[in-house]
Amino acid sequence: MAESSGIDAFVEFERVQKSYDGETLVVKDLNLSMPKGEFLTMLGPSGSGKTTCLMMLAGFETATHGDIRLDGTSINNIPPHKRGIGMVFQNYALFPHMTIAENLSFPLEVRKIGKSDREAKVKRALDMVEMGDFGGRRPAQLSGGQQQRIALARALVFEPELVLMDEPLGALDKQLREKMQFEITDLAHRLGITVVYVTHDQTEALTMSDRVAVFNDGRIQQLAPPDLLYEEPENSFVAQFIGENNTLEGTIKEINGGLALVQLDDGELIDCTPVNVSEIGERTRVSIRPERVEFNKERMKEGAHTLKAEVLEFIYMGDIFRTRLRVAGNDDFVVKTRNAPDQVRLKPGEHVEIGWLPEDCRALDAP
Amino acid sequence: MSELKSTGPQTMDAPTPEDALHEAATLRGRDQTDASGRLVTADGKSLKSSLKRALRMQKLRALMLIAPLLIFVLVTFIAPIGSMLFRSVENEIVANTLPMTTAALKDWDGTTGDLPDEQVYQNLFFDLFIAAEAKEHTKLGSRLNYELTGVSSLFRQSGRRLDDLGEVYQDPLEDLNDAWKDGATWYDLMSGSGAGDTDLVDDQRRRYNALTQSTDRRDIGFVPSQAISQMLPRTARAYTAWATFTVYADEDVVAEEDPWEAVHAALALDLMADGTAAKIAAYSGPRADLLQEAATLEFPAADFKTGFGEIDEDWLAHVTWETIKTYSPKYTNGYFLNAVDLQKTADGFEPRPENQRIYITLFQRTLFMSLVITFSCIMLGYPVAWLLANLPARTANLLMILVLLPFWTSLLVRTSAWKVMLQQQGVINDVLVWLGLVADDGRLVMINNQFGTIVAMTHILLPFMILPMYSVMQTINPTYLRAAKSLGATNWTAFWRVYFPQSVPGIGAGSILVFILSIGYYITPEIVGGTKGVFISNRIAYHISSSLNWGLAAALGTILFLVVLLLYWAYDKIVGIDNVKLG
Amino acid sequence: MKLNKILLASSALTVAGGLAFAASHAEMANSMTLVSWGGAYQKSQIKAYSEPYMEMHPEVSISWDESSNEAVAKLRAMNEAGNITWDLVDVTAGDAIRLCDEGLAMEFDPNELLADGDDGSSAEDDFGDLLVSDCFIPQIVYSTTFGYRTDLVGDTPPADVCAVFDLETYPGKRSLEKRPINNMEWALLCDGVAKDDIYDVLETDEGQQQALDKLGTIKDQVVWWSAGADTPQLLADGEIVMGSTYNGRLFSLIEEQDQPVAMLWDGQVYDLDGWIIPEGLPEDRLARVKDFVRFATDTQRLADQAAYISYGPARKSSAPLVGKHAELGIDMAPHMPTDPANSGNTFLQNYSWWADYRDDIDAKFQAWLAQ
Repeated sequence: MAESSGIDAFVEFERVQKSYDGETLVVKDLNLSMPKGEFLTMLGPSGSGKTTCLMMLAGFETATHGDIRLDGTSINNIPPHKRGIGMVFQNYALFPHMTIAENLSFPLEVRKIGKSDREAKVKRALDMVEMGDFGGRRPAQLSGGQQQRIALARALVFEPELVLMDEPLGALDKQLREKMQFEITDLAHRLGITVVYVTHDQTEALTMSDRVAVFNDGRIQQLAPPDLLYEEPENSFVAQFIGENNTLEGTIKEINGGLALVQLDDGELIDCTPVNVSEIGERTRVSIRPERVEFNKERMKEGAHTLKAEVLEFIYMGDIFRTRLRVAGNDDFVVKTRNAPDQVRLKPGEHVEIGWLPEDCRALDAP
Repeated sequence: MSELKSTGPQTMDAPTPEDALHEAATLRGRDQTDASGRLVTADGKSLKSSLKRALRMQKLRALMLIAPLLIFVLVTFIAPIGSMLFRSVENEIVANTLPMTTAALKDWDGTTGDLPDEQVYQNLFFDLFIAAEAKEHTKLGSRLNYELTGVSSLFRQSGRRLDDLGEVYQDPLEDLNDAWKDGATWYDLMSGSGAGDTDLVDDQRRRYNALTQSTDRRDIGFVPSQAISQMLPRTARAYTAWATFTVYADEDVVAEEDPWEAVHAALALDLMADGTAAKIAAYSGPRADLLQEAATLEFPAADFKTGFGEIDEDWLAHVTWETIKTYSPKYTNGYFLNAVDLQKTADGFEPRPENQRIYITLFQRTLFMSLVITFSCIMLGYPVAWLLANLPARTANLLMILVLLPFWTSLLVRTSAWKVMLQQQGVINDVLVWLGLVADDGRLVMINNQFGTIVAMTHILLPFMILPMYSVMQTINPTYLRAAKSLGATNWTAFWRVYFPQSVPGIGAGSILVFILSIGYYITPEIVGGTKGVFISNRIAYHISSSLNWGLAAALGTILFLVVLLLYWAYDKIVGIDNVKLG
Repeated sequence: MKLNKILLASSALTVAGGLAFAASHAEMANSMTLVSWGGAYQKSQIKAYSEPYMEMHPEVSISWDESSNEAVAKLRAMNEAGNITWDLVDVTAGDAIRLCDEGLAMEFDPNELLADGDDGSSAEDDFGDLLVSDCFIPQIVYSTTFGYRTDLVGDTPPADVCAVFDLETYPGKRSLEKRPINNMEWALLCDGVAKDDIYDVLETDEGQQQALDKLGTIKDQVVWWSAGADTPQLLADGEIVMGSTYNGRLFSLIEEQDQPVAMLWDGQVYDLDGWIIPEGLPEDRLARVKDFVRFATDTQRLADQAAYISYGPARKSSAPLVGKHAELGIDMAPHMPTDPANSGNTFLQNYSWWADYRDDIDAKFQAWLAQ
């Protein structure tokens, strides 16, 4: 599933396992490699093992089994302070008893960098996050967003090649979060640093990352660039976890080239793209994105499958309309349509025909 | 809004302050104003005053809520401290017991080496007589014995033999005429006729109340006539004093009781005074005949000085009088001087003899040992508190019970346990001997000295250090340490630069608690301190419960209190009191 | 008619009698708070005094407070607060004198308050010299004396109080009370001062220094005690060779706990312990206390107490009545400090002298200790 090996890999996890209690594995057989300069996001629900992976990389947890390599050398036995990895914590972890400048100066001091050098670097780092005037303040005097920038600056001030971020935007409000998302990616690309970013917010993952590793149950479910992840989920967990998704349960009837014939549970037959199903008679979960469903006959693409549906609810959301339908026994089938001048607004109780292209309908494993 | 719109266009091109005001007023729209433009409430009262009233009610309710605490603190904390401070300077007992003597002593110059004159001894006789009747003279003796050894028995014995001095004058009078044995005679004579001298009665009532610390205001049923009190001033005073005492203390009727010997002595002194004879000859009030008859008597010459000398030769000692004079004022710094190893003299103060200096040493020792104990508590308590804050909850709870366990046992038991551990035939020495580390005849002395005190008190006070440290450490997020390490700090640097500074408020709070507690401790030092491990509080306890020198105890306590305040102030200056957190 | 009159008269009499009876009882309070030292001593008082008294007066309830060691301060505090909660307080004679001087204890006439002796002597004669203060009701004679470890003194057990100062013959630690009283006297006595001159010498600065110097010769071998239980404990643990304490404590250590300890009666200092009645009691409580004291200090009761503890009764008339220990069954007379065999060389504490000199010498003594 996840690709391992890679000649110019900068960070590598090889067959890494982690158990806290000796009975259950929190991380199961993790293989991952990322090149220098990549922005990789570990995405997953809580308890999926993503933070543990990050902590193992930072050195705060030791791998129970396997090897973690940084720039080709195993760091399993190197204490955290010698790894030279910058880290931004969820609650920023700015030292409350030091001023902002002292906080930034701290990693330089412990590296025994001279005073004038230190001051220059601190100033540069503060300017970089546009906080040049705040050097004399204490963390408690700053707003959340400001603290976030300082935490970022502190993780970068000693010029690490790898920076880890553990849900750094979790405590910010939506607007600020979006602004910071942009700033962080911009900064990362400008400085050319490698970033491992942990979050459970998929939007964040999709908008920021070069690649996203979706974690569940101690494994990477899929490691891919955001667009692939969204459009071509490799299993029903990823399909479900990333973006909104309609599912219909059924059984494989036929697999023929790039097409699978699926009999839905109410007897309807539809064509789908088989993804991780191979046998006839296998249970499957069919996944269709809401924006790929069409009910307007004029716009219906050629070759589209149609099914009967009953409108249950119509929600006006400004830029889009969200219509909930009953399709093949599923009451939660959602269709999203753009709010265009010629767009039809369906009314509850209406009966319509909906349709989609077979390539937008992915037959995935049924968990 | 509609008004605003209508005024808007016309005034737009020339805005003035008046317009602004007008706008502001109109903006308020429907707010009601009174004649002078102030805002009023719906029912027409001034808004300001109703707001004030509402706030006052709130404040009053809040005050009532904390009233029990406030009263409790006032009664149990502020008042005792105030009374302690007061007691350390209060010295009314000398002037209250010997009012006339101390007044007369003001004119005595103690530096000449001469004894006070006869008048002082006479006053002493009358003062002491009343005091002895009220059984207050021994209190004064005890008080002055703190300053001069022997005064205690001097007063006690003199009190018993004062009658002898008075009887010298009583006997001739009663021999002369049996009427002098009759209380009614005296009553008639002293009541006289004409206007009464109520001032004298008030004076004596005040004096009685001061002497016995009471507040009796009853009428004594007797007023000396002004004629008598001018003709026989001493007698009038002594008789009124006696009458007051008879009514207030004995609850008897003045006219039915025989006066004291002192009253007879006073009469004799009056009769012997120059010019009295002539006045008596001219006197015509009740019982004038008796007086005129008595005026012919030859009394022994007044010589109270010799009389007192016969009672006790200490009354002829210069130092006795010097002490009384030195401690005559109602307020004294004597206790404070004693508390810092000085002694009060007639003209200032001087150091105590070397073999009596103890308090400075004890203060220094108390401070030094309290600091050592505080420091030991920090060293021992810090790792424990750290463990408590960082262990999983279940283990931490168990450890917490171990920390609190000492609280559940009596202080005496804990201290005595240390005795068993530390004494020369104790557990630790036994183990050391058994291990061969110490020879059997060279067993370590670990108790009844400073070491024992420090060990036992560190153990007893340790929880007071651990608890605040623990509660502060609990609030320190472990990610700070991780952050520090991720930034390149070694374990030690991360601890020292990041964790430790954040735990300082806990150390501060714990240190203040432990230091202040240990500075006032006395039970443990008393039991395991031997001679070198006792604290100033042990002397305070001694003066409170054994020597009853409460003034000195209060002075020592006050100094201790000031030292603590001073240290608190210094702590605030150096570390900052904001840096103290109990959690 | 006649019958009626008689009936009426007799019923009137009954009523009157009843009233009189009620009145006489209303005068006495029915509860008392007695203050004592706790421990075996208080137990002996309960057995000898209060239990028999309560048997005679079932309506009376007696509660005990173990506060005698701080009685002086507490009485003063009560007096200042104007609320005396104690009815009868057991104190040493020295404290009684202080309380009397402070006006905190009630003065009384011994012959009026106390019962005559069994032998017909008046109370004043029976108690004799032991009435050391106008406020003090003597109860027992005890002594402060030395006990020593029989196994630590070699073949020559000490017979002389000066063995305390003899570090050569009796090496090891000894315990002394952490106050000047008694210690100063012993020091001078063992420094060659005649017994009769001791207080004269002690009045001078030089004499006080002489006593302290003598104590200084053993200072680093002394464990200073402040609670009566300390010396017995130290002796039992083998921490000290010899030590001073109250003779009753040593008696129970030797006879009841069977420790290898023996008494050194030589040089024992008699001290008195007894009751004081706090000044200012309300009349009904005072009446009850007077009634109790009269009972509790009569010849028989004082002799009874000696069956529980080895302290001598304060009445001369009680001495012949002293019997056996209530539990051990041994004769108590030989264990009394006043027994002729024990009282060859004794002191009686000089209360009035110490009342004067205590403050001064204590300051010097404590300063000397702290050096």
